[in-house]
Amino acid sequence: MPRRDDLKSIMVIGSGPIVIGQACEFDYSGTQACQVLRDEGYRVVLVNSNPATIMTDPTTADATYVEPLDADVLIDIIERERPDALLPTLGGQTALNLTMDLVRRGELERLGVEVIGARPDAISTAEDRELFKEAMSEIGLAVPESGFARSVEDALGIATTIGWPIIIRPSFILGGAGTGIATSDEELLRLAAEGLSASPIGEILVEKSVAGWKEYELEVMRDSADNCVVICSIENFDPMGVHTGDSITVAPQQTLSDVEYQEMRDDAFRVLRRVGVETGGSNVQFAVNPDTGERLVIEMNPRVSRSSALASKATGFPIAKIAARLAVGYTLNEIENDITKVTPASFEPVIDYVVTKIPRWAFEKLPGSSPQLGTRMQSVGEVMAIGRNFAESLQKAVRSLEQGRAGFALGDDSEFAELDTATLWERCVVPTPERLFALHEVLLRGATFEEVAQRTGIDGWFIHQLACIVERERELTGGVVLGGLDARAWRRYKQWGFSDSQIAQFTNTTIEEVSALRRAKGVVTTFKTVDTCAAEFEASTPYHYSTYEDTSEVEPSSRDRVIILGSGPNRIGQGIEFDYCCVHASMALRDMGYETVMINCNPETVSTDYSTSDRLYFEPLTPEDVAEVIAAEQAACVGGAQLLGVIVALGGQTPLKLSHSLDPSLVLGTPVSSIDVAEDRQRWSRICNALGLRQPPGDVALSLDEARSIAKRVGYPVLVRPSYVLGGRAMEIVYDDASLERVMKDLTSAHGSLAREGAVSQSRPILVDSFLEDAIEVDVDAVRDTLGDLFVAGVMEHVEEAGVHSGDSACALPPQTLSGDVLTTLHEHTKKIADALGVVGLINVQYAVKNEEVFVLEANPRASRTVPFVAKATGVPLAQVAVRVMMGHSLQSLRDQGVVPDSTPVPAFVSVKEAVLPFSRFPGVDTVLGPEMRSTGEVMGIGESFGIAFAKSQLAAGTRLPDSGQVFLSLADRDKVSGLELARELAALGFRLAATVGTAGYLRSNDVKVDTLVGKVGLGDLAVNAVKMIASGEVQLVVNTPSGSSARSDGAAIRGACVVHGVSCVTTLSAGFAAAKGIADTRAKGWRVHTLQELHA
Amino acid sequence: MSRPNAQLVLSDGTTFEGYAAGHLPDSGFTSGEFVFNTALSGYQEVITDPSYAGQIISFTYPHVGNYGVTPLDDEASRPFCEGVVVRELSDVPSSWRSRGSLEGLLRHHGVPAIVGVDTRRLTRHLRANGALPGAFGHGDPDLIAREAQRAKGTDGTDFVTNVTTSEPYEKGDGDLHVVALDYGIKTTMVHELSRRFRVTVVPATMSAGAVHELHPDGVFLSNGPGDPAALGAQVAVLDGLLGTVPIFGICLGHQLLAGALGGTTFKLPFGHHGSNHPVQDLVTGKIEITAQNHNYAVNPGSLTRAVVSHVNLNDGVIEGIHAAKERCFSVQYHPEAGPGPHDARYLFERFDALLRTNTLNVH
Repeated sequence: MPRRDDLKSIMVIGSGPIVIGQACEFDYSGTQACQVLRDEGYRVVLVNSNPATIMTDPTTADATYVEPLDADVLIDIIERERPDALLPTLGGQTALNLTMDLVRRGELERLGVEVIGARPDAISTAEDRELFKEAMSEIGLAVPESGFARSVEDALGIATTIGWPIIIRPSFILGGAGTGIATSDEELLRLAAEGLSASPIGEILVEKSVAGWKEYELEVMRDSADNCVVICSIENFDPMGVHTGDSITVAPQQTLSDVEYQEMRDDAFRVLRRVGVETGGSNVQFAVNPDTGERLVIEMNPRVSRSSALASKATGFPIAKIAARLAVGYTLNEIENDITKVTPASFEPVIDYVVTKIPRWAFEKLPGSSPQLGTRMQSVGEVMAIGRNFAESLQKAVRSLEQGRAGFALGDDSEFAELDTATLWERCVVPTPERLFALHEVLLRGATFEEVAQRTGIDGWFIHQLACIVERERELTGGVVLGGLDARAWRRYKQWGFSDSQIAQFTNTTIEEVSALRRAKGVVTTFKTVDTCAAEFEASTPYHYSTYEDTSEVEPSSRDRVIILGSGPNRIGQGIEFDYCCVHASMALRDMGYETVMINCNPETVSTDYSTSDRLYFEPLTPEDVAEVIAAEQAACVGGAQLLGVIVALGGQTPLKLSHSLDPSLVLGTPVSSIDVAEDRQRWSRICNALGLRQPPGDVALSLDEARSIAKRVGYPVLVRPSYVLGGRAMEIVYDDASLERVMKDLTSAHGSLAREGAVSQSRPILVDSFLEDAIEVDVDAVRDTLGDLFVAGVMEHVEEAGVHSGDSACALPPQTLSGDVLTTLHEHTKKIADALGVVGLINVQYAVKNEEVFVLEANPRASRTVPFVAKATGVPLAQVAVRVMMGHSLQSLRDQGVVPDSTPVPAFVSVKEAVLPFSRFPGVDTVLGPEMRSTGEVMGIGESFGIAFAKSQLAAGTRLPDSGQVFLSLADRDKVSGLELARELAALGFRLAATVGTAGYLRSNDVKVDTLVGKVGLGDLAVNAVKMIASGEVQLVVNTPSGSSARSDGAAIRGACVVHGVSCVTTLSAGFAAAKGIADTRAKGWRVHTLQELHA
Repeated sequence: MSRPNAQLVLSDGTTFEGYAAGHLPDSGFTSGEFVFNTALSGYQEVITDPSYAGQIISFTYPHVGNYGVTPLDDEASRPFCEGVVVRELSDVPSSWRSRGSLEGLLRHHGVPAIVGVDTRRLTRHLRANGALPGAFGHGDPDLIAREAQRAKGTDGTDFVTNVTTSEPYEKGDGDLHVVALDYGIKTTMVHELSRRFRVTVVPATMSAGAVHELHPDGVFLSNGPGDPAALGAQVAVLDGLLGTVPIFGICLGHQLLAGALGGTTFKLPFGHHGSNHPVQDLVTGKIEITAQNHNYAVNPGSLTRAVVSHVNLNDGVIEGIHAAKERCFSVQYHPEAGPGPHDARYLFERFDALLRTNTLNVH
């Protein structure tokens, strides 16, 4: 069936901010969908609150609403746009849930909007546990039996019907607390009691345990003519029990015979048909008993997912793009295979390589969380690597993680070496982020692969592969003479994924020596192609991966090219914002007529869509892997073409770190040396002094004594932080000697929080600076050209005061309280700094403003996290401007072309960026904001006033500011004076006030009425308990500012309760004032929705 | 495990390096026509498929042997291929179904293998140059090169006589009787038939008269190796059966049926070997993902007495034909699967319906 002509406009819902479980894979899928639908001639209306996406670029859709993903807001937009159809399957769970909400409320029917892609009843069948179970039993497929229990008796009853073994999982508890497997009544009674008390809502899931079973996923597609295909099979390295998002996964499946695989394929199609997904992609998960082959259906997602993004990257089959076409009526055979261009999309991709995905976690940034993996996803990002065998793809994936490991084989000096055998085995059996490396150690100590497989439940095939890598590692460490290796031997080591740096480490030589000896034997990197068809047909899309084979497939070309280094796996502090910048670099360079070459290893992103750049190399971002791509690209230059350079300034820290390994003449834009100056505390201070810029006083320390003397000189509080880390890693504000001692001890300890990131040294000292209390923090993003001309693109005023990491702080553009004089000073300072550093391209400077005085905090001569926000708030494609400047264009010429405005844009509306934090996943973690960044994503609120923009940003981030009810205030002593004003504002808005004894006393003594007096958390029933009050819904907003470390536990309990019960909670007074303003403005003026296209018209 | 060095040489002189595995022939080499198979799983079924007689199978998926082998997955009593090329041969099988390693099976049946080969380069070479004869082995490189020159393709050669059953045998106890002409029949085919019918599998050399004497309700034409043009005698047998009894043919059986219906065949550049080929049923419009294994195909212009019912969506090759008057139909691909998807198993139901109603219903 061809394209549906009865539809004219289609609404697409994005997935909102990056959160754990929903990351940039939905920017990838949503962007593809929007592009495809527009290509097909439909008007696309897009809604997404996340400004850091390519999807929300005003060029991706016809009408782009950066508005909160909330049902009421969507109704406003639908009323305004009246789309014919709504496509809900490309925006993750968020879009599905919102769509179902609109359906249930009858709004889509009222407004005449058809849901395409997946029918609402299909969505309910897939999403509702009971409906799904019924549907599966109807078609004769088994699912793990389970039930919820609220008492031990219930639990026993359920267990008796299901049969042993039983797994108990407390609801709303993460990290394995209270989870356990029972094989008898006795065990069950004990575990159920523990679980019930561990669950904050006193509920446990009692489920048939399939822990240790093999886990598989099939990515399937179906069209309106009922044609079904499997795009990719995925096998989890970690058996059942670990969320697939937290599992190492491998494509294609490795250990199922064809007989079993085809049965699974049949089952997947039956699931698809029964659930009723009419068109599009779905994901079906199975558990397989390794001893009998018994197969259970675990779940199905009737939409594109993280796994479908992975499958698209793993096979070259763009699932989201095809799904969008299927949704508007096409059948699979009417769509051409993007890569071969001659065969149809109605086929099943085959691959001739192995793909391994490894998640990346951030437990180190979340003290109080337990790094144990379970059934709820906790990872914040992932890497994918491609190799011609599993070993190669695994070792490349480990390198891609950027955690200081050159591969799976670690050598002797791994952190596991000192563990006793029992502890080591425990680390092998209990799934954690580090389990893979515990497995390495246990194999290195001589455990047989059979024993490891038996004890861990990981399939013996995988463990045997690991054992083979270890065997080769032993050969290398066992005195192999590299000079004596012949070409065949070299090739085998390289084929097993050993990097030159691994080999150098094992043989006590240098990387250069290894590389030279290897090359002398003619063993060089070759690049093969991802082509959906294992070379059966010619591929027109150069999507490459490295391996060691006979021949390479990089085609020569006579066009000048530029390499863009991507940002690697998402992590806290380095996420989608940098991918956005890299994608924009490719857009700008292609527009300028250059060939673009992307190197990245993050399968979730738009940058690793093979159509983003002229060539994609899916490779680890290490000096060695990047050097090989550079060499290949240089070799592929013909007819006078050149590799013009490498862009390192747009992908965050990852490419910057790599820049030192590059030929300096290849680095485009700001020279590497300038980047170093900005990072080196002493040289940077000298520059500031020379320029006459004020910095908070401070110095560098290597020891506690040195830190103490600095603190004594500059006075407490001080900001203590290591150098060369990402996202304020391990940064703390310290108020007294005792805390300073604790912090310094941790930072200088070999086992402290920095253990993996390199020790403190002369070249990596600890920075101790005076902390400016109650200062306003300001971010400035600017571009400087080779002529020294500077364009200040955006000045952002933070809502939270200095001391909260800029990535975790809300900020407003244009600034709301800064005076004209301060703004002038900020411009002047930024110009001076950019000149002094010789910046060509982007620079971000952070300032603190206190009493009209401007202090420079830090400068980063590279793309910052705020670049996409500034672009969305001002309409200036900032990253593209930067790239053009890096390629030699002057700002003046860009002004002449109308790309850059004459001066800093001052929009007529206010944009607020708000951070989105992962606390609901980590209940043990204190939610108070500090200098260490912990947010995973961001949202943007746009409004006619700051209050409205802020209120929208809060809703977009997940909490609707209340309009009435009770506010609970619990303030630190130093906040009480300003807090009084906030309390008055809130009371004037009609809120009742509740306060802790101390706060209430202060408020009452100043004639503010406090309705409820709240006792300390520990006081039991004597007073109103804060946590109970929050739990019972008596409080609509909590303002809790922490006071040093003493009252922390109370505060932490209060903030934790807010997370669990979804109550708005602000931890700074400034955010409290912003909230009050948001409530007042919303009440007075109401909200209106706008498209970016209108705002920037 | 250390393996002897080995060479792989194609008749055009292209050389690949690898290591000898499986059976190490005393001669130091094996030769045949190189074809590549793109299936991601099902190596045992592929290797034991008699249709590969005279050929050397290169697997495009690098890991082969992961889940071991089991007699349950054998497609014939032994492999008939001349050798196997893989990138990574698993030393250790991992599956509850496994009864041994693939390498053990290869050794047991005397099938040589070469591992560690850049199989993607080989695939691309065959894609560009067509299926080529050649040789591989651990013998002297000059010997391998010489044997590669001497190796022959499959054109004009009858491989069927070598692989067909010597004696008729029966399977199944259905109410209808089907005689299956064995040109190299796969076990899965016998299984799919015997689930529904009483089947007598007979040698490919059986005459039409002898077939009639078995009083079949229907005749099944199996898959098999090699060039259909070399099988004039078999086509002649079909001439004697056509119109007298309903017929269902698969793969070589399809090509021979086309021959009996006046069609001719040609050799595809590198054939279709894999489990992911899209085939469209021209009557219903439905698309099936199919297992395929053929080097030859029916010439589109040559069919006068039959209708094309199925085509390959990748390249338009004829994948199925039928003739209502003669009550026969056939497909080029493998509806029985083994290995491969089950999308086309309905064709056995169609055969069943044909036998019961004596009318070919293709809807």
